[in-house]
Amino acid sequence: MAKLALTVNGARREVESDDPDVPLLYVLRNDLGLTGTRFGCGLAQCGACTVLVDGRAVRSCIAAARSVVGQDIVTIEGLGSPDRPDPVQAAFIAEQAAQCGYCTAGMVMTARAVLATTPRPTDQQVRDAFTGNLCRCGSQDRVLRAVLRAASAEGR
Amino acid sequence: MAAMPISRRTFLAAGGVLIVGLGLENVGRPRAQTAHGADRFLGKPLAPDTVDSFLAVHADGSVTVFVGKVDIGTGSRIAMRQLVGEELDVPLERIAMIEGDTALTPNQGATAGSYGIARGGVQLRQAAATARQALLAQAASRLGRPVGDLEISDGVVRARDGGPSVAYGELIGDRAFNLRVDKAAPLKSPHRFRFIGKSLPRPDVPAKVTGRHRYLHDLTLPGMLHARVIRPPAIGATLVSVDDASIASIPGARVVRIQDFLAVAADSEWNAVRAARALHAKWTGGGGLPDHATEFESMRASRVVRDQEIARRGDLAALSTPGPGTRTLNAVYRWPMQTHGSIGPSCGVADVRGDRATVWSSSQGTHTLQATCARALGLERDRVRVIYMDGAGSYGPNGADDAACEAALLSRSTGRPVRVQWSRQEEHGWDPKGPAQLLELRAAVDRDGEVAAWETQAWLPLATANLPNVPILALDAAGIPQPQGRSTGLIYQNVDPPYTMPNVHAVVHWIGDAPLRTSAFRAPGKVANTFAVESFVDEIAALARVDPVEFRLRRLGNVRGAEVLRRAAARMGWQPRPSPRPADPGAAVLTGRGIAFVHYKHEETMVAMGMEVKVERATGRIRVTRVVCAQDCGLMVNPDCVQSQVEGNIIQTLSRTLHEEVAYDRDRVTSVDWGSYPILTFPEVPALEFELIQRVDQPPLGVGEAASAPVPAALANAVFDATGVRLRTAPFRPDRVKAALAGR
Repeated sequence: MAKLALTVNGARREVESDDPDVPLLYVLRNDLGLTGTRFGCGLAQCGACTVLVDGRAVRSCIAAARSVVGQDIVTIEGLGSPDRPDPVQAAFIAEQAAQCGYCTAGMVMTARAVLATTPRPTDQQVRDAFTGNLCRCGSQDRVLRAVLRAASAEGR
Repeated sequence: MAAMPISRRTFLAAGGVLIVGLGLENVGRPRAQTAHGADRFLGKPLAPDTVDSFLAVHADGSVTVFVGKVDIGTGSRIAMRQLVGEELDVPLERIAMIEGDTALTPNQGATAGSYGIARGGVQLRQAAATARQALLAQAASRLGRPVGDLEISDGVVRARDGGPSVAYGELIGDRAFNLRVDKAAPLKSPHRFRFIGKSLPRPDVPAKVTGRHRYLHDLTLPGMLHARVIRPPAIGATLVSVDDASIASIPGARVVRIQDFLAVAADSEWNAVRAARALHAKWTGGGGLPDHATEFESMRASRVVRDQEIARRGDLAALSTPGPGTRTLNAVYRWPMQTHGSIGPSCGVADVRGDRATVWSSSQGTHTLQATCARALGLERDRVRVIYMDGAGSYGPNGADDAACEAALLSRSTGRPVRVQWSRQEEHGWDPKGPAQLLELRAAVDRDGEVAAWETQAWLPLATANLPNVPILALDAAGIPQPQGRSTGLIYQNVDPPYTMPNVHAVVHWIGDAPLRTSAFRAPGKVANTFAVESFVDEIAALARVDPVEFRLRRLGNVRGAEVLRRAAARMGWQPRPSPRPADPGAAVLTGRGIAFVHYKHEETMVAMGMEVKVERATGRIRVTRVVCAQDCGLMVNPDCVQSQVEGNIIQTLSRTLHEEVAYDRDRVTSVDWGSYPILTFPEVPALEFELIQRVDQPPLGVGEAASAPVPAALANAVFDATGVRLRTAPFRPDRVKAALAGR
């Protein structure tokens, strides 16, 4: 039984796992009840499981939980709530930038990481940064607009 | 006919001011019901001809609606509320909605065929209109005034000239209407619409973008086991032996085997994943799949079970004995087998206790699944309750029904609630596929450029009549009898052109088999058929040296169809000229424009799709730079939701056209992830423009599929315009395009 102490959404959380290599995704969803982070492929191909680790976008489906001990983990729940959405989330709501919404948390987290390093991205920069985020419903155009809207709102 | 064009700006204006708290569902941890407290309605009527089946008005004036059609990301969750709120004059935030629960919602048929609003919503609206009349009659009696003197505002009835009022809650307050749905109950006149026609925001979006929305995949039940199914290494392989000891070191992991149905389960999900990876099992058999490389030749050579005539007007004499100056044209179009590709692999949760079962699923057909699960468990249908919960978007039956049945079997075997989660490789490898389609077209074009004869022959896999469901993997593996056969959707529609031509024959040669399990995949059949028909129309127009828009308009008798074509062309700034454009032989990048039209199923939504492309000569890479879509789908209940669906149709079908083809060897599918089955990525998404025509005096038509159909032809026509090369086999991968350019 491996013990892990993680810092998630600003709080210290201790979990135990039978497997020292358990991916962060399973710890977040099953041990900590943070189900906003989604399983999409387990192969780091789709981006549905994206979280922030020390501000960088990380695919939690392949990142071992023990590899992020001591780092600052932020999940979709750590940004904002339906009543008090983070500016990126507010922009997604304003653009209605989700259909099924399964990929959306990963999109929002990727947007947060992009805007941290590129506060006023061009359309092309957003597209390139989102190459690894897949959406099957076809909400991409709205996601692009939402990210640019958030950048504009935060840049004011 | 009232036609009000809706611009993007008016969408946003309407949406921007109306972001209100409609968060009536998905509060807190996932519940066993689709909505808080839903079980208090158990025992309510369910017959789809009864008002009480569709709605209940509570003592506090709030309303609960019960809808058999589910919101798979389309926005029906707001649109259905708009329909009910309109007819009852109740604010939308006071309307709760329960979807796809076999114990609570009427069976309105599967959420399929773009009939969610067009049929399901229309039924619901009529029930609400019936309820309104009943409430008005009761109020008239209560207030001592004739119905004609009364008006309703926010669920309160009073006389127009003032005086006392009575609220819905006082009139009916949780009591039954005991009324049949009155097909003649008057609907609210469009000029009085408060909600219908407005781009109101969807109630589920705030929770979806903040990670609070509870999906099926998040459902946990006390004592629940996590399970993974072990697929055979080859389709049709049988299980020889299982080495239980191979997972002995994984805490709580156990093997469940029912004949060839093999699964592992554990208390912790990660341990279930580890057990699935570690389990040693021996299988035998397989090798039964045909050669993928000769798929279309095999289809062409397949025994035809029967021919079905889709259109027969005039004769084909001009093809068999062309007159002087008449030219004939032949073309073969090939559409590959494709996977639904839901972003979240399928999931199912079941709790089987004795002779009762509750199953939670993202199935598009909860009522069908109820019968399927009952068969799997050997129970009477009414002993099984299936409750819809949101999954990842689905575009036809993916693995959801399979996962639900697997969870049911495993719950019965283990005596515990069970959650089955498919892997990415299972979803790509084992979901039922959209079938490959082969079409051969011939036309005779006379010296005046008239189409003297048109013939379509299509080779399509035959669907089994009245098949209750796609045959379920686990039932076959476990030796549980089930109806065998094939499901495809109505893939024969739109094989004939929507234009006035004197001599048209269109026939479907139904062939008996397909390499893999099939099911309906968004706009089933119509994507490939419209690809062939609308590309071939373009080929004829090019042969006749006529502008492609003009060629179509000359032959389009449908006034509304002609309007969408004109609007698309006008929005594109279409310059009339024949295709292809005169190309600069030295240009590294060739540009072109194309258009395609569909009258979906020949009786529903009309769409004209215009496209602008760049083609890199050296690489064969196609870049779609601009898409203009004009659509007439009758009444748009929520125009922004309509636009969202159209966006999805365009982007998803561009992906299907440019990238997607299921690959398989003699044993199994080999395109089992996003690397081997790539889909469209953000850098490839074109600029999208819309001309969505609002027709408030017309019935609503479906929007979930229609705009998919013209996408491949619009793209192929644009590539032809740019390059003079005709692409007739999808997907248009760079290597294929490069070869076509080289062969010119």
